[in-house]
Amino acid sequence: MNRPIRRVAVVVMLMFGLLFANVTFNVVFRTESLNAQPQNRRVRDAEFAQDRGSILAGTTEIATTTPVRDRFKYLRTYPQGELYAPVTGFYSYDHARSGLESSYNTQLAGTDDSLFVRRMIDLVTNRTPKGASVETTINPDAQRAAAKALGDQKGAVVAIDPQTGAILAMVTSPSYDPNKIASHDIEAAGKAYQRLATAKNHPMANRAAREIYPPGSTFKLVTAAAALEAGKTPDSKVKSPTRLKLPGTQTYLGNESNCGGQQITLQHALEVSCNTAFANLGLELGADKLRDQANKFGFDARHLSDLGGAASKFPENPDRSQTALSAIGQFDVAASPLQMAMVTAAIANDGVLMDPYIVSVVRAPDLKPLQTTKPKELSQPMTADNAKALQKMMVGVVNNGTGTTARIPGVEVGGKTGTAQSDLKRKPFAWFTSYATSGDRQVAVAVVVEDADIPRQDIAGGRVAAPIAKAVMKAVL
Amino acid sequence: MMSASTPVIVVPRKRRNVELALILFALALTLGAAAMVDLNVTGSISSTFPYLAGVGAGLALVAHIAIRWKLPYADPVILPCVVLLNGLGLAMIHRIDLINDPPTSGARQQLIWTALGVVLFVLVAFVIRDHRPLQRFTYTLGLSGIVLLLLPLVPVIGTAKFGAQIWIHVGPYSFQPSEVAKIFLCIAFASYLVEKRDVLALAGWRVLGLDLPRARDLGPILLMWLASLAVLVFQNDLGTSLLFFGLFVMMLYVSTERPGWAVLGTLLFAAGAYLGYLLFAHVKIRVGAWLHPFSNYDLYYQVVNAQFGMAWGGLLGTGLGLGRPGLTPLARSDFIAAALGEELGMTGLMAIVMLYALIVSRGLRTALACREPFGKLLACGLSFAFALQVFTIIGGVTRLLPLTGLTTPFMSQGGSSLVANWTIMALLLLISHHVRKPVATVSENVAAQDETQLLKRPA
Repeated sequence: MNRPIRRVAVVVMLMFGLLFANVTFNVVFRTESLNAQPQNRRVRDAEFAQDRGSILAGTTEIATTTPVRDRFKYLRTYPQGELYAPVTGFYSYDHARSGLESSYNTQLAGTDDSLFVRRMIDLVTNRTPKGASVETTINPDAQRAAAKALGDQKGAVVAIDPQTGAILAMVTSPSYDPNKIASHDIEAAGKAYQRLATAKNHPMANRAAREIYPPGSTFKLVTAAAALEAGKTPDSKVKSPTRLKLPGTQTYLGNESNCGGQQITLQHALEVSCNTAFANLGLELGADKLRDQANKFGFDARHLSDLGGAASKFPENPDRSQTALSAIGQFDVAASPLQMAMVTAAIANDGVLMDPYIVSVVRAPDLKPLQTTKPKELSQPMTADNAKALQKMMVGVVNNGTGTTARIPGVEVGGKTGTAQSDLKRKPFAWFTSYATSGDRQVAVAVVVEDADIPRQDIAGGRVAAPIAKAVMKAVL
Repeated sequence: MMSASTPVIVVPRKRRNVELALILFALALTLGAAAMVDLNVTGSISSTFPYLAGVGAGLALVAHIAIRWKLPYADPVILPCVVLLNGLGLAMIHRIDLINDPPTSGARQQLIWTALGVVLFVLVAFVIRDHRPLQRFTYTLGLSGIVLLLLPLVPVIGTAKFGAQIWIHVGPYSFQPSEVAKIFLCIAFASYLVEKRDVLALAGWRVLGLDLPRARDLGPILLMWLASLAVLVFQNDLGTSLLFFGLFVMMLYVSTERPGWAVLGTLLFAAGAYLGYLLFAHVKIRVGAWLHPFSNYDLYYQVVNAQFGMAWGGLLGTGLGLGRPGLTPLARSDFIAAALGEELGMTGLMAIVMLYALIVSRGLRTALACREPFGKLLACGLSFAFALQVFTIIGGVTRLLPLTGLTTPFMSQGGSSLVANWTIMALLLLISHHVRKPVATVSENVAAQDETQLLKRPA
């Protein structure tokens, strides 16, 4: 009977071999995905109980961890929760994370590969591992100024440093308090989350980067840029009838303001935001040129992936009447405040568009930088000369046109107002996008105010949104 | 070479001191583990620790002395492995006790059962002393085995727990009779097959190069097949069903040396399992949890959480007392391997599997070395059943196989399993003692003296 017993022994050996192989397979190939499963309470609890790194704006901690005496030991707190919520996002037990808390989760939690050596040292020296801190480009002064100026109005503000692409302010209103969602009272946190998620005015929406709106007349900057790139100059004459019959329709496009004649200069058309002049320009240039110009400014691409920025849109196949409407930022054109700030920043930066970013450096607990963001050029939508010409036109808007409310004495300020009315039931959006230069300091700011309850076309942007932009520019310079 | 005239007596070394040293090592690991649990969970060693540690160490030494005294030639590796497994199991159960507030007393109960297991171990060594006479009880043991196996189906005393009706309750005590049935049936199979092996080995038809048995001899295997299907159908217990049928088929193959039996048995099992899959929801759930556990988190909660636990432990484990085995249901019984994997890591789990493999290899070695067929078959059967049980439950917990609710020998909480496994080890040691014990040889010179000689076994 020895032969069959030997064979049985071989079978037994195979069984144990399979056990070993399978256990090895589990460790090597399954561990990671298992630890990433959202239902995995061990990972969630351990992460929740971690001394998570801070998120900073300058030297201000906008998300930090405080030791508490409960089962999780560390509580995530947001010292100025509502103000910085669009940047930090929230960190919750049951509802995952958002904002930088989400995109920099592994670094903040200290589980990132870049922190591997650190973790090993902590393990050997028996120290509680600490997460890396994330330093943002946000300028606390600008952020506060933006929030204060925006007040209770529904809307958003984005400020960019045109020369680097660094986001200096990002405010959306209404905002929410992430502390309520990060609470260790899991049940209360869940209720708070549900309330916020279902609230009618969407307090958790990042209106600055993740929502797109009809940009209204601020889009005329793109149309003007395309015209300049096509060979026109600020002094070129454009037809500006009081009414323009949209080609192929019985609809007339009117002007909300007095354009000042049937033939006006491009410069003047921008200053008074003449609809018929820009609609004519659009018809002359054609949809493809407009779309190309918009895309060079960053439309049709997602920016600021750290915060999940939305892509702005220029319509795919507009007919001629739709092209005319698109040229003045109506019809299906849609842009995020971030996108309009990028357009303005590129113009202010002499035609070079910098890739917007919000995290400047990630630092290990020992303050050693783990990753540093270097400013990156995204594209060159305009030549330097055309950009300078467009800057002058924008300065004209602020000095003699619809944007006079943004004037800052002693500072070069260029801007463009807008009031967008894409459907009749909705109240118009008031826009203002602008830049300011003072010495070697520069800032570009885009503001949108939803529900601006003022019907007049461009005065609305000038009256409602421009003062907000002005406050932010003053705070930065 | 020695000359033919010299009597050659090969005396294997007893190696009892090696065994003792290994046992002390196992005790050190075990008590260290238990102390670590206390330190990591509560920050101090509990006041009862010295007493319980003393009892545990005492039990191990009692078992060792029993061997030293009655089975001095027995294999020296098996008992230390058992001590280590049993001890680590106790430490883990103690760890899970501490999750509850107030702590439960599972480890203390388990220690009492361990004591009973050691008592039975000692009884086997002192009372049975030789495995060969067990052959006489073929039908008695076989019948009792079947009765025990089906006992949980009797109303009133039989109860269903966690979907499987494999428990009997008498008063406050519960018992899983299939664990004892395993031993009885193993002995019964061994003696039955040794007796009938020649008939069963007669070839019937030849299919694809395999000699299949004669149709008229198929009776026993079909009977066993039906019995194991009955266990599956009426007790909802896939594991036990697999264990008994697998054991029977393997022993059939070993005794007859006909691979045809093994192939036939495997096919029958496959057919039975497939039928079970088609007919019973619980089998479908088990298979589902194995193939795609994440498709339905709530339904496959158990298996998924066991995987989470082991992933959380990773390669080296969280450390005893520092993981969260309480998140896995049944962490102290069916899923104790997952709890060990979490806190000792996959490395620790593999070390434990290695201990099982050592025991099995020692058992199979005993079978190979045994000189009479009954002992051979019994040792082989007991070792194989043990291996199959370990493979099935740990394979199930680690998602190599669909999960079946068997116990993890010596580790899962539960008295029946513990007592039965201590008895199995006693039987294996008994056989190995007889295998390795020197046989007195009659030298030619002694025979030539033509006188009555007292043949004395060397000490």
